[in-house]
Amino acid sequence: MTRREAGYFVLVAAAFAVLACLPFAGQSYLLTLGVGIAMYTVLATSWALFSGPTHYISLATAAFYGIGAYVVAGGIGTLPYPALLALAGVAGAVAAALVGLATLRLSGVYFVIFTLGLAELIRQIVTWVQNNFTGSRGMYVLTDITEQGIYWQLLALAAAVYLIGWQVARSRLGFALRIIGNDEVVAAHVGIHSAAAKLALFVVCGVFAAMVGAIMAPRFTYIEPSIVFTPELSFQVVIMALLGGAHRLWGPLVGVIPFTILWELIAARFPGQTILLLGIAFLLIVYLIPNGVVGRIESALRATGRKTSHA
Amino acid sequence: MDILITGLLLGATYSLIAMGLNLQYGVARIMNLANGEMLVAGAFAAFWVYTAQSANPFAAALFVVPGAFVLNWLIYRYLLRPLVRRAKNRGMLEVDTILATFGMSFAFVGIMLLAFGGGYFTYSYLAEPFPIFGSPFGLNRVVASLIAAVICGLLYVWIHGTRTGMAIRAVAVDPAAAGLVAIDVPRMSALSFALGGAVTAAGGIVLSTFLTMDASVGVVFTMKALIIVIMGGVGDVRGTIIASLILGLAETAVATLVDPGMTLAAAYLLFVLVLLFRPQGLFGRRAS
Amino acid sequence: MPEKTVLEVQGVSKRFGGLVAVDGLSFAVRENEVMGLIGPNGSGKTTVINLVSGALRPSEGEIYLDEDMISERPARAIARAGVARTFQLVRVLPSLTVLENVLAGAVFGHKRLWGRAARKFALRQLERVGMAHAAHAPTASLTYIDEKRIELARALASDPRILLLDEWLAGLNPTELQVGIALIRSLREEGRTIVLVEHVMDAIRSLCDRCVVMNGGAKIAEGTPQETLADREVIRAYLGEQNA
Repeated sequence: MTRREAGYFVLVAAAFAVLACLPFAGQSYLLTLGVGIAMYTVLATSWALFSGPTHYISLATAAFYGIGAYVVAGGIGTLPYPALLALAGVAGAVAAALVGLATLRLSGVYFVIFTLGLAELIRQIVTWVQNNFTGSRGMYVLTDITEQGIYWQLLALAAAVYLIGWQVARSRLGFALRIIGNDEVVAAHVGIHSAAAKLALFVVCGVFAAMVGAIMAPRFTYIEPSIVFTPELSFQVVIMALLGGAHRLWGPLVGVIPFTILWELIAARFPGQTILLLGIAFLLIVYLIPNGVVGRIESALRATGRKTSHA
Repeated sequence: MDILITGLLLGATYSLIAMGLNLQYGVARIMNLANGEMLVAGAFAAFWVYTAQSANPFAAALFVVPGAFVLNWLIYRYLLRPLVRRAKNRGMLEVDTILATFGMSFAFVGIMLLAFGGGYFTYSYLAEPFPIFGSPFGLNRVVASLIAAVICGLLYVWIHGTRTGMAIRAVAVDPAAAGLVAIDVPRMSALSFALGGAVTAAGGIVLSTFLTMDASVGVVFTMKALIIVIMGGVGDVRGTIIASLILGLAETAVATLVDPGMTLAAAYLLFVLVLLFRPQGLFGRRAS
Repeated sequence: MPEKTVLEVQGVSKRFGGLVAVDGLSFAVRENEVMGLIGPNGSGKTTVINLVSGALRPSEGEIYLDEDMISERPARAIARAGVARTFQLVRVLPSLTVLENVLAGAVFGHKRLWGRAARKFALRQLERVGMAHAAHAPTASLTYIDEKRIELARALASDPRILLLDEWLAGLNPTELQVGIALIRSLREEGRTIVLVEHVMDAIRSLCDRCVVMNGGAKIAEGTPQETLADREVIRAYLGEQNA
């Protein structure tokens, strides 16, 4: 690690330490906001770990989230909570592996389409299973985990995402993904197993999304398929990551904060128009800021750098 | 037997929703995820004509079809063509168009919610029973299937029998080469996109005679259209027709024999099987 | 004098629908030899390179690398087995630096280097092709011949058993051409086994030990450059009947 990198490390660690003290500020609204931002940061950043280098748009977030929530809902009372968290991670990994094996060898379009309906598909299956085998539609999740506890878990998960993202970027896998993102033909000809590399990252993405769902489950108290398998979640995560910039580790964070706040505002004032907001956000991203806010800032910096070097 | 006929009837109407997307994706190379919303728009128009104007809902086609044609032409020309120009390769174009058409689909849904509210709408037209081989089927379904068959037939004849149709097929196979033989590729792409939109809107009118819809149901139709187009082979009209029939049959079978709530699962299963064993679809060309 | 066969192409055909791009081609490349693959445009030469490198799969026939059948394997496995190539239209990785482009060859091949060892090896390949001064430059600033040199360095970085050069000398001005020919000659003197697809006759004559001449997908002549370039069939294929 270089001196500069060590410096960043300390800075980030300090930031996390400060954020961890949020619950002690006593403002319950801040804590709720914090939980929301932490949750979306984990989801968006782990999404960007996969979709940034590969340019595959995954809409499977809601599916993994729901799976994680159901693992906790199903096992609460039977197994200890930490075990359920781990199990949720495993379930997310398995689901991601299955989806990835089926679709990652093919072009990005098929992948998007498949993940588009995935949450709906799993919701239908879970509903069917519940109707025919367990008798009831919903499940109760009764625990004594507090909002604070949820916040800290999410913060820990966020730290994990950043750590893993940083490690991958410096590893062979990260290098392979950069090459794949540049030119898949060259990637194959230098010996890279493209499908395996993409799959590895997709599994990471699935694990994190499932664990977020697991952590958030106690907050719902009562879970029904339509509550946790919301396609909207997938779209929100994509927008936040792209808005901020999916090719930098801290890019999604830049998108999460303003978008979460904006969403709260719109949901409060114009309750039916959140969908319109999603649409406008997508169009904005495609036409005006394809590389996200971070990308814009970087281009601007590069442009002024060039100007000053010519002076 | 009932399942067979119901499935075929359903499949025939599905072919309309998939045909539009086939034209848009296969020729203009635009994966139009707002396709379902165009269908819902057509359905709304028919509903309005029937309930507010007390007229034959098919009359909606008089203004919906040309309107959808023009609207889609404009969308292609001003929203999508810039993306085509700016994309460095096919992969990037696909990502861009997916995001852009997503945006459009949400925007459309949002606008429709504002205009029509979020409630379900349905109307009863030609709902009398029509006997086929002794079992009663909804007349509206039968008429819908016939109309779908006629439209698909006309499209097939047009694409395979006319000069413009041949130009379109050429663009579907290889846009660069088509340009080299003096085909106006941007114009043909715009034409296909517009035509695709018009066909989809017509499909919406037809489907509204027997299905209940609301503003947000478009995405389900988009999904089914996508699955059909990919199953049949992108760009191929015969493939779309046959794949729609297969999907109609599969869905009806699952709905009757297993559970009506599992229709999407059935469609998905078909999709996965196609992806695993024949990703180019039934009639598609395998990339070497 | 080693007579060991490194690459053997046996009865290989490639069909694209109705088009037969390669028709029952057989030839062998010996260790340390530079084999020229020549022929008029459209004779199937690049298709042969694609078949050997795994970008395409043969419709018929087999390809062996040192007794190992590689024709059914995916490109990445063939690359790891020791086959490296350059592309007719240079494929430089745009968002990586020059050094990273070369590193790409060293990290995933059969040598599987990483970290400092990989960087040293990659830098050495850059020196070899005369581009060490540009190691940290972005690829956007490179000229055409520089891009080709990077691609060659990337191919060398995997320490390949056999190097496939697909019209590597194409599009160069006379000065650059001399530099390019000298570079390939130095590789040859190093003992590399090379298959060279070329149109530049000077290069063929001065670099190749043997040639295979293709026309319409089939082999029409094989032998030393002198022999093949004087062959009636070859002259007819290139220049037409009256010149034979």
